[in-house]
Amino acid sequence: MYNAMLAENVTIHGYGGGPVQAYAARPMTPGPVGGVVMIHHIMGLDRMSAEFTRSLAIGGYNAVMPNLYHRDAPDASPDDAMAAMRAAGKLPLPDEQLVGEVAGAVGYLRGLSNSNGKVGVIGHCSGGRQAFLAAVSLKLDAAVDCWGGFVVGDAPEGHPLHGWRPLVERTGELSCPLLGLFGNDDSAPSPAHVDELEAALKQHGKTYEFHRYDGAGHAFMNVDRPAYRPEAALDAWQRIWAWFGKYLTL
Amino acid sequence: MCTYLTERISVTGSGKGPSGWFKVTDASVYFDHPVHAPAEHTLNIDFLDPGAGPSARVAVELTADSARALVKAIQATLDSVPPGLV
Repeated sequence: MYNAMLAENVTIHGYGGGPVQAYAARPMTPGPVGGVVMIHHIMGLDRMSAEFTRSLAIGGYNAVMPNLYHRDAPDASPDDAMAAMRAAGKLPLPDEQLVGEVAGAVGYLRGLSNSNGKVGVIGHCSGGRQAFLAAVSLKLDAAVDCWGGFVVGDAPEGHPLHGWRPLVERTGELSCPLLGLFGNDDSAPSPAHVDELEAALKQHGKTYEFHRYDGAGHAFMNVDRPAYRPEAALDAWQRIWAWFGKYLTL
Repeated sequence: MCTYLTERISVTGSGKGPSGWFKVTDASVYFDHPVHAPAEHTLNIDFLDPGAGPSARVAVELTADSARALVKAIQATLDSVPPGLV
């Protein structure tokens, strides 16, 4: 069985039309196949995020992950890039910039010769919030929010997100079905936060599916961290495949 | 959760990074997810020279207890310095 995959750095044109580095992984198949934008977490385009992107390609999707720190820290290692962003007061990334980078990634995926035209988005942690942000800002076909904090509620005073308009207020603009994956031991988002998001989705008649895992907290799919929970992570992967299989295939 | 909460200060001194010694001009102190330490949140300190690029960095990740012990050790050391040296 021919199962070749290509994974490499590419240049896409994102926020403001400017070039930005991204990590792309694609199955070498004539397809056509759906595409997924992977939004990395605060830790940057690290090993785990790159592996997750390759996993999406192994699952049969063209995947691309913009390097959200590239414009400010080109060629830096992921942790050095994150530290530089933090030192410069540039974390979290402004929402407008995030949407621009994802829009560029969506254009890249839809322009691939084996694209079926369908594109989804997935993100972890800060990327989970940003996946929701992308889904209320762009026309997409599926979204997956992995434990995204501060989609609901106001961040505490002193937190950089304090005073930002809660994204839950934009639930009515959600452009696509949303899969949410959350650990019940997490505090951001807490089970109450997830309840609030779910209520908003119901209120607006949105297509969604939530899975909440006992014994799991923040970042339970992150294999590099003590938070990794294999049972929950394996189930979450099955939910992701089912979701993308339903909404990103013709 | 990602706390994002960061204290940034200017510092004067030197640090030893991957390419050797360099002058440090800034420090970031934050309690957030670590990159390497096996914990969910640690007290992280970056000693930086932003003008020399992102790799000009010395980073540590400590448990909260270790960080508090370090604070005490730093204070005790400075308090014990003979008069006239500081």
